[in-house]
Amino acid sequence: MNTEPGNKDFPEIALAIRDLTVALPKGMERGYAIEGVSFDLHRGQILCVVGESGSGKSVTANTMMGLLPKAMKISAGSITLENREIVGMDAEALRSLRGRVVSMIFQDPLSALNPLMTVGAQIDEAMTAHGFGTQVSRRERAMELLTEVGLPEPELMYHQYPFRLSGGQRQRVMIAMALALEPTILIADEPTTALDVTTQAQILKLIRDIQRRKGMSVMFITHDFGVVAEIADSVVVMEKGSVVEQGSAEKVLKSPDHPYTQRLIAAVPHLRGDDRRSLQTAHSAPLLKVRNLVKTYTSGSLLFRTRRVVPAVQDVSFELAPGTTLGVVGESGSGKSSLGRLLIKLMAVDSGQILFEGQDIVTQSESEFRKLRPKIQMIFQDPFASLNPRMTIGYILTVGPMAHGMPARQAREEARALLKKVGLDPGAYDRYPHEFSGGQRQRIGIARALMCKPQLLIADEAVSALDVSIQAQILELLDRIQRETGVSMIFITHDLRVASQICDDIAVMQKGRIVEQGPPSQIFTNPRSAYTRELVAAIPGESVQSLQPEMAGP
Amino acid sequence: MVAFLLRRFSQSIILLVIVSILGFVVLNLIPGGPLAQYALDPGMNQDDRTRIAAQMGLDRPHWVQYFDWAWRLLQGDWGTSFRDGNPVLTVISRHVPATLLLMGSATVIAVSIGTWIGIRGATHRYSVFDYVATVAAMIALSIPTFWFGLIGIYFFSLRLGWLPAGNMYTIGDGSLLNYLHHLIMPSVVLALVHIAIWSRFMRTATLDAISQEFVKTARAKGVRERRVIMKHVVGNALLPMITLAGVQLPSLLTGALVTETVFTWPGMGRLFLDSLGYSDYPVVMGLLMFSAILTISANFIADVVVALVDPRIRLA
Repeated sequence: MNTEPGNKDFPEIALAIRDLTVALPKGMERGYAIEGVSFDLHRGQILCVVGESGSGKSVTANTMMGLLPKAMKISAGSITLENREIVGMDAEALRSLRGRVVSMIFQDPLSALNPLMTVGAQIDEAMTAHGFGTQVSRRERAMELLTEVGLPEPELMYHQYPFRLSGGQRQRVMIAMALALEPTILIADEPTTALDVTTQAQILKLIRDIQRRKGMSVMFITHDFGVVAEIADSVVVMEKGSVVEQGSAEKVLKSPDHPYTQRLIAAVPHLRGDDRRSLQTAHSAPLLKVRNLVKTYTSGSLLFRTRRVVPAVQDVSFELAPGTTLGVVGESGSGKSSLGRLLIKLMAVDSGQILFEGQDIVTQSESEFRKLRPKIQMIFQDPFASLNPRMTIGYILTVGPMAHGMPARQAREEARALLKKVGLDPGAYDRYPHEFSGGQRQRIGIARALMCKPQLLIADEAVSALDVSIQAQILELLDRIQRETGVSMIFITHDLRVASQICDDIAVMQKGRIVEQGPPSQIFTNPRSAYTRELVAAIPGESVQSLQPEMAGP
Repeated sequence: MVAFLLRRFSQSIILLVIVSILGFVVLNLIPGGPLAQYALDPGMNQDDRTRIAAQMGLDRPHWVQYFDWAWRLLQGDWGTSFRDGNPVLTVISRHVPATLLLMGSATVIAVSIGTWIGIRGATHRYSVFDYVATVAAMIALSIPTFWFGLIGIYFFSLRLGWLPAGNMYTIGDGSLLNYLHHLIMPSVVLALVHIAIWSRFMRTATLDAISQEFVKTARAKGVRERRVIMKHVVGNALLPMITLAGVQLPSLLTGALVTETVFTWPGMGRLFLDSLGYSDYPVVMGLLMFSAILTISANFIADVVVALVDPRIRLA
């Protein structure tokens, strides 16, 4: 990108960033959070800034808002926002721009709203901060905004506290707040990442609609090329703090120049409509049979009639053959994680049967079940929280099997062999979790699960916290392990694209029930239930996969 | 919400019963007893002592004594002091106001200064102010209250002559100013350790709140930094502090008893020690119950306030 001078004369550029460099405090893994970043945000366009974690995309956004943490300083470059240079601007002048000329929405709508203030008070505050209107006019404006972002019953919503709202509703409130003073620029930092796929589709549509109606310029930060394909006019790709590629959405998605972009797009999990080549031998008995499983959560008190009953798992039945993978997909609250916990007896079952190799584990006591525990292992979502930071990898891997009677020497040898198998250096044995990246930790988590030679692996959102390129590697690893060891898997995920990659059979859950179960070819190309159809339709960036063949070239 | 309050209230009652039983048992386990002072009196024989015991009701089994005492308490009769024959309530109420005054003024000082230090320490983390406050808090926490009291008396009363060394007022001068003059040193001395505790907790709570996403949201809206801190950060940081205030009350009460002794303050501390010395069971039990009720109601009130302030509990 050439940096022609005099871009201030072109009013169609709402925001211009030139050679922006932000230094990191000393002792970090690299000297700069972002280095030499240049791009333009054209008026009335949606610019997607794409990159994996650590690429500097959020730092770029925070720099433009003047919201950098104290430890980070702009060391070079310029940011021209609506013809004003904001690098070096004093704090008060910068503050008066925030929320008025440029607004921002964030990733997690749960924590982005003050729990102690009503929705109305928080929208009102965005206006009072800039001395806008009177109490009456601000209230009218808030009602208008709540209607505009599609929230039902604005009057009621105005007096509601955030904890009463769903994730999608909270994000709508955030958007209403950001729009209060009709800013010309909206910065959206991963605004749909924490949302369910159907909610994500609605919020994306809302942002697109509002952007068109108001001719706003939107800088949309995301890691998801599916989202990029849905809404971007132009794209900036960032890697390790630098811009590696930029251009129109069509250009970047269809014929990316930079190898990093090509890798990223290739790694995007796309829906596979075909079925997986299964390992299952024709007539083997099922490893796991689940019959009419029911689990209900109750809270509150019967005495005071505040009792709430939430059915988590309702009448769920399925079978799992040896060496196959069952995907359990659903949105938050669908009961998919509860199902996973029931299967390894982390929670008591209300009724129903779980037959593991013909034995009903529901009726077994904890001491009877202990013998089976090594055979059923779990891989967790958060590779940062699920490894004890004070234990070496070797200890983490060997403690379980040794508790079940494996000799120390054998455990040590197997641990080293497994580390190699999951693609890590056997030298990892003596190191601590913090020395590894997220993807490497998830490999350790998988090695830990495999130490006991399980027959069933339950992976609960095992790749959700990882970047797409890492995600693809972990999925490949799980596939390879299944082919080598013949282990069965239950793969719990909210991401249908991921499920389509690895599962032989998919169960779609909604409100505790399995609404549809079948091979990927049925679920994705010929879904029978209305809910599955809705879920599949909401997957962002369906067009990406149609682009796949075209980007095979260099 | 009502269910929550009812549950907390019934828990409080059960707690009071347990405290009273424990207190009664411990009191009767202590060697001596009300009759010990007559044991060596040459003018009394065994009959006299038996007669006195019967008069005081001490000849009955312990459990009968306890239920008799508890039943009267329920009817509002706290018993009669063995020492001077006055009703326990009258004896206690002569001393309680002085203690409450001391505790109240110490609380005002501790909360206002501690909150300010905590917020400033968190917003200016690792600054000179923060380090000085941290070290000062450690010093205040590791030195006993009576030492500060003695040092205070030495400097401000003996050397400088600015403040009185003890008592609540000068006899013959009952003016408000005179009371305040006597109140300054005891309440500051009592407050010191609580400023330290309060500022440390407030600092942590503020740091917790300041790293929340909604603070960033507020800044992104263009809210002024002062309001971001006062409304969004401090508002949320104060929630756990309300609970802390309830929990801290017993230590404040204990501290007050020590401080009263140092400054000859005519409060409950003096009465408690004297009554224990004379084995004046009704007064000791009365003071114990009063402290227990004070502590339990402070915690109950703290819970109610949290529930009222936090919409997630109020409306849940």
